Amino acid sequence: MLYIKCPYCGMRSQNEFAYGGDANVKRPELNEEVSDKIWDEFVYLRKSPRGKHIELWHHISGCRQWFKVQRDTTTHEIFRTAAINEDIK
Amino acid sequence: MQKYSVFSLIKNALKGHKDWEVAWKDPAPKSEYDVIIIGGGGHGLATAYYLAKEHNITNVALVEKSWIGGGNVGRNTTILRSNYMHDENGLFYEKGMDLWRSMSQDLNFNVMYSPRGIINLAHSDAQMNAYSRRGNSMRLNGIDAVLLGREEVKKLVPMLDFSDNVRFPIFGGLMQPSGGTARHDAVAWGYARQADSMGVDIIQHCEVSGFDIANGKIKGIRTSKGNIKAKKVGLCVAGSTSVLAEMLNMTLPIETHLLQACVSEPIKPILDHVVTFGAGHFYCSQSDKGEMVMGGDLDGYNSYAQRGNLPTLQHVLTEGIAMFPFLSKLKMLRTWGGIMDMSMDGSPIIDKTHIDGLYLNCGWCYGGFKATPVSGWTFAHTIAQDRVHELNAGFSLSRFNTGHLIDEKGLGTKTWIS
Repeated sequence: MLYIKCPYCGMRSQNEFAYGGDANVKRPELNEEVSDKIWDEFVYLRKSPRGKHIELWHHISGCRQWFKVQRDTTTHEIFRTAAINEDIK
Repeated sequence: MQKYSVFSLIKNALKGHKDWEVAWKDPAPKSEYDVIIIGGGGHGLATAYYLAKEHNITNVALVEKSWIGGGNVGRNTTILRSNYMHDENGLFYEKGMDLWRSMSQDLNFNVMYSPRGIINLAHSDAQMNAYSRRGNSMRLNGIDAVLLGREEVKKLVPMLDFSDNVRFPIFGGLMQPSGGTARHDAVAWGYARQADSMGVDIIQHCEVSGFDIANGKIKGIRTSKGNIKAKKVGLCVAGSTSVLAEMLNMTLPIETHLLQACVSEPIKPILDHVVTFGAGHFYCSQSDKGEMVMGGDLDGYNSYAQRGNLPTLQHVLTEGIAMFPFLSKLKMLRTWGGIMDMSMDGSPIIDKTHIDGLYLNCGWCYGGFKATPVSGWTFAHTIAQDRVHELNAGFSLSRFNTGHLIDEKGLGTKTWIS
């Protein structure tokens, strides 16, 4: 069982959250020319690192906010969580 | 190589089992090979075997960071099937079913091939319609498929919950009678033993730490046992694909996720088929030892842990109990996890890469075991001929860019919910 600290509600069990994937994926800017290559990278290509991973989680059975989590994909250690508009370095 | 038979068994039994040859050797790596296969799981071992058998390429090394057969080929739920709707998948896996049928004879190793039939349960009229369509597509590709009504399912699998007071009543199911199971460890060992006998060096406890590439061409690999030169290198590393891709500066349409499986205590024979739940993700068969072998959903977030988390197991077994109420009475014997190379459309990748002499075999999601022989067979062809076989032409790396996805389930790129 993971315990995740929602930036708004505090520490809760994994059961309250839904996963949202790699948080470093950036959608190409709206209203600009997007090449097939950039679109392909955005939609399909993922680093999927072994080790530290910054990812999106959704507190779906709580405050329903999306936020960022930095987690180790091998040990599941969670280093920090942050609001969606904060950067995790 | 010593041939295995009932006579060799009796002969060796009488001699106290002292004269068995080793099944495969433990060589140190040579300085150079024609082909290096990275990954000593089922797919890597099968590739090495078919390179030697079908293409007479025997100056081959297979390097494995741990021991052979310790990854996903030893962690799956041993199911064989080819019940796919799309041509690319159906024809590919059906070739695999042909290879399964003759595998024990081919490898002189009993892989306990058991075509007991696989039944996908349907829980609504809409699902019956979808299964009818899938079954017809399968039959057009020469794959056996039978649409079963509720009463027919009841006759075959009486232990299912057929009561009226259930959330997901059973309407019927789609059966592939030729689907079934095989002993997974035996598959790895059988391929290893034959590949070794034809000259393949199986190098265990040899972890790859880098690649030597010059002018866009592969020159060799760097490992914990030194640098090894090679004309061609094939990657068959399943859940570790993204780790090796990073060394190659490649980003792939793959995420690594964890899948759990479990077995109950052994009980008397109660289930003759492989049965899958249609209203969620749960599948079950009974091993020859009597254990109920079960699996279901991914843990749901990127993971390289090779061990699972309880919430998913609980969720999966809730589905199991909804399907087979008697499961609630059983004790759990073992649970375990393996890491899956989840591709963005749920279908695999067997292709060349932009690096000359480097070949990629990945993206098996959680369906890699059944593909073991045909994956090795087509990958060996791709490496030996430096071009894809028509059976794996659809499994190209470029399909994500060109839009030729093979999205069997129509789930899109959320790999963790597929």
